[in-house]
Amino acid sequence: MTADTASAAKTGPSRSEIDQTLRAILRDVLGLDQAQVDGFDGETGLFGHLPELDSMAVAGLLTEIEDRLDIVIEDEDVDGEMLETYGGLLAFTEAKVVEG
Amino acid sequence: MYVSWPCPLPDGSTGEEMALRFDEDRSRRLLMIPPLFDEANKFRHQLVEIMRRFDANGVDCFLPDLPGCNESTAPLADQSIAGWRAAAIAAAAYFGATHVFAVRSGGWLVPDTLPGWIYALVKPRQVLRGMLRARSLAAREAGVDESSENLLACGRQEGLTLAGWDLGATLIRELDEGEFVPPANAVTIEQGKVGGKPLWLRAENDHDPAQADALVGIILARLAG
Repeated sequence: MTADTASAAKTGPSRSEIDQTLRAILRDVLGLDQAQVDGFDGETGLFGHLPELDSMAVAGLLTEIEDRLDIVIEDEDVDGEMLETYGGLLAFTEAKVVEG
Repeated sequence: MYVSWPCPLPDGSTGEEMALRFDEDRSRRLLMIPPLFDEANKFRHQLVEIMRRFDANGVDCFLPDLPGCNESTAPLADQSIAGWRAAAIAAAAYFGATHVFAVRSGGWLVPDTLPGWIYALVKPRQVLRGMLRARSLAAREAGVDESSENLLACGRQEGLTLAGWDLGATLIRELDEGEFVPPANAVTIEQGKVGGKPLWLRAENDHDPAQADALVGIILARLAG
């Protein structure tokens, strides 16, 4: 565990930092309460489940994720699967941070 | 509360634009520069909340419409960052501003002759990227394939309508290339210092009295010092 943490610190934000940042972005972009985003788990539905998340909000959400996590999300990366659940979006974002 | 002001236009002539003002001929006079595009609408209510607080604390403030923005009848497609910057300088002179307060993309327009504050500055390319993405996502939902890359290449030559905003080629090139560095006498204020949720991100317009109090408090402390 110690070794994992040390290497994560060197290569960028850790998984839990990405998780916290992503929850904060969803809270800010969608105007949700902190308690609601704290309650998200991997299966929590996003696009098509949260009325706040329409296509304009998706554009804002992705741009904010890029800015706060210093990654680039290409048009072709954006599909239903990455936005369907919180777990899907988190896994996608983690992969992008590792790539970047 | 509302007055008109003579605004320089891209063709060298002078047009007339509206301004919201709280003016009692006081010594401290703040030029307010709003965010551009969609965030102008999302932040308008909050900006007026902020102005009411300055007024209550003895500071005059002026919120001029820039050409092509808010109630302006000038075509947005004819405007550029350079043109808006010239308009902001003219507004500062016309209203006798002593300081400037700009929000988000409005920070790109602050006259470097005035001391002031830029709240939650954003990068030009980030704003452009958000608008390109909104258009390509909407196109995809409609079954049309429009990549951000192709849209940008086209927009740099011919201009482009993005998320309902009619942007000229000059403006798109400025947004795509602009590496904005705030003038030395402008202090940037990050959202973290103000606290609360960033209002410009919200899908629904909103305002937040606590954030307005915090922001005005930060600036009044500096004005007094």
